[in-house]
Amino acid sequence: MSDATEASGPVDPAAGAAEAGAPAARRVKVVLVDDHRMFRTGVQAEIGQTERTGVEVVGEAADVDQAVAVITATRPEVVLLDVHLPGGGGVEVLRRCAPLMADAESPVRFLALSVSDAAEDVIGVIRGGARGYVTKTITGTDLVDSVFRVQEGDAVFSPRLAGFVLDAFASTDAAPVDEDLDRLTQREREVLRLIARGYAYKEIAKQLYISVKTVESHVSAVLRKLQLSNRHELTRWATARRLV
Amino acid sequence: MPDAAAVPIEDERPLRKLYRSGEGRLLGGVARGLAGHLGLPVIWVRLIFIGLFTANGLGALLYAAFWFFVPLGVGGVAAQRAAMVTTETAPDGRRRLVARKPDKGQIVALLAMLAVAMVFVGSMDLGGPTKAYLWPTLLVAAGVALVWRQADNARRARWMEVGRKRRTLTIARTAAGVLLVGVGVSGIFVLRGSASDLSAALQAALAVLVGIALLAGPYLVRMTQDLSEERLMRIRAQERAEVAAHVHDSVLHTLTLIQRNADSAGEVRRLARAQERDLRAWLYKPEGTGKEEAEEPDTLAEAVRRNAAEVEDKHGVPIEVVVVGDCPLDERLTAQMQAAREAMVNAAKYGGEGGAVQVFAEVEGETVFVSVRDRGPGFDLDAVPDDRMGVRESIIGRMQRNGGAARLRTVPGGGTEVELEMERTAAT
Repeated sequence: MSDATEASGPVDPAAGAAEAGAPAARRVKVVLVDDHRMFRTGVQAEIGQTERTGVEVVGEAADVDQAVAVITATRPEVVLLDVHLPGGGGVEVLRRCAPLMADAESPVRFLALSVSDAAEDVIGVIRGGARGYVTKTITGTDLVDSVFRVQEGDAVFSPRLAGFVLDAFASTDAAPVDEDLDRLTQREREVLRLIARGYAYKEIAKQLYISVKTVESHVSAVLRKLQLSNRHELTRWATARRLV
Repeated sequence: MPDAAAVPIEDERPLRKLYRSGEGRLLGGVARGLAGHLGLPVIWVRLIFIGLFTANGLGALLYAAFWFFVPLGVGGVAAQRAAMVTTETAPDGRRRLVARKPDKGQIVALLAMLAVAMVFVGSMDLGGPTKAYLWPTLLVAAGVALVWRQADNARRARWMEVGRKRRTLTIARTAAGVLLVGVGVSGIFVLRGSASDLSAALQAALAVLVGIALLAGPYLVRMTQDLSEERLMRIRAQERAEVAAHVHDSVLHTLTLIQRNADSAGEVRRLARAQERDLRAWLYKPEGTGKEEAEEPDTLAEAVRRNAAEVEDKHGVPIEVVVVGDCPLDERLTAQMQAAREAMVNAAKYGGEGGAVQVFAEVEGETVFVSVRDRGPGFDLDAVPDDRMGVRESIIGRMQRNGGAARLRTVPGGGTEVELEMERTAAT
């Protein structure tokens, strides 16, 4: 989701700093939850060099029970969460960590990192409370960027996820008028459409003549609506696809 | 030691077990089953039974006992009769037995038996009261036979996939059996005492039945539970085998190819992407097959995905597809798909170094929007020589001829995006 010039090639500290905004001053504590040790090692190698990326990996877990224990013990700011885990999957971790997420002072935020981009997995963890969803093909720089975004409380969408959300709300067009609260605004839809087309937040900002912050707040609004409102329409959408 | 090794294999023959024969039987298949088991001609066994029958009905008793206790199976089908049962490969790959001939002989046998029984009963000279019980007893016997035959049919249907007759017939048969037994038993009671005793007798019978149910109930419940659990395990094992087969067929082969081509990064990437797509289709598609490659796609989403997959395979550049909404393909949309494919090919060829090509398709009411985007070096359309027709004719020209519009957005150094917009044909 970041610029192509940065996505290719090795992690550039300067570019990472520009993207994430002064990592030397800011550090983010991260817990890795994935049942494949190889993958955890890989992610650790990509983002774990704290002085360069600003990401500090404070714990790892391989299943649901371990994850809940480690998260409770270390209180990270961001959890990189695999969707398919032994012991109930990422959704179960989200469910059991719900009080930590709701904590007003130092909330734990979840970023789903999965190899699967099937609709049921994506919608499941987003509705469970994850603040974003990225696939495992993401580059190190983009992942660091996403971690910081999530830590700040913003949502991170992959193009694919944006597509699912658009799909979910597109079918509601013909439905009788629902509360405006439950609908995506024109602007939010535009932003999602550009994300689905593979634009980075910065590029979207440039194209719509708004600030990156505004883009992020639109995306967060979408996430909020996806989680809390539009119940029956999402249910209908999910039932139509035999997801629930 | 080849000799020593050969001996145990010789002993591996399946255990011989007595089954009643489901095929070529006249009544319960007892005679045929026995014949197969003992290796005798069927006619001998039948003659022996008839011979025993004349000895105070011993044959009938023996036959009935066999019928009750020996399970129905494929055992004992003599070789010369084997043509009636053939194995056939079903569409799902499993072999199944197929019966070829309707059991006409059975009806004849049944009638013959009835006639013999009547003669037998008629010729019997029993005391008055004993004779009166005979008819109810026969009724009971007939009812029991009917129900047992029904059970046979159910079992046969399970292992042969034939005899899927109408349910009403099954129910009618069972009901008739129960009715016969009921009438017979009541008859005995009525004969024994006066009709007034009937209700008391029925109550006693009911009490006995409840008692039996209480005693045997736990065993029955446990047995059915064991059975269903066993069935579940079998289904699971089957599923696992299927997954294993698929992984073997596709994933392992691809990994082998990747090992062989480890030096060429492009080839490895191409193989891995193709395998990923295949596996995804297999895992997440509802039917799980995703194999019908030959047919033409008839919806937009399918067409976009198919085109992207083909271009991806051909050029080895990853293409990420996002489709929102779906609609059937019409003539205009087909043209749009061709233009989109051309755009994908261009993006893969010239913009592939910048990362994945992104394809986005959306059905928005009556219009269909497709965007193909790469992060390559970009180019200047005006600088392209006039004789190069790729973009001008295949994409822009084609869209315009079909009543759509194509926009090209390209920034040198910032990638290229082709936007294709087309109205759907009105009639939907």
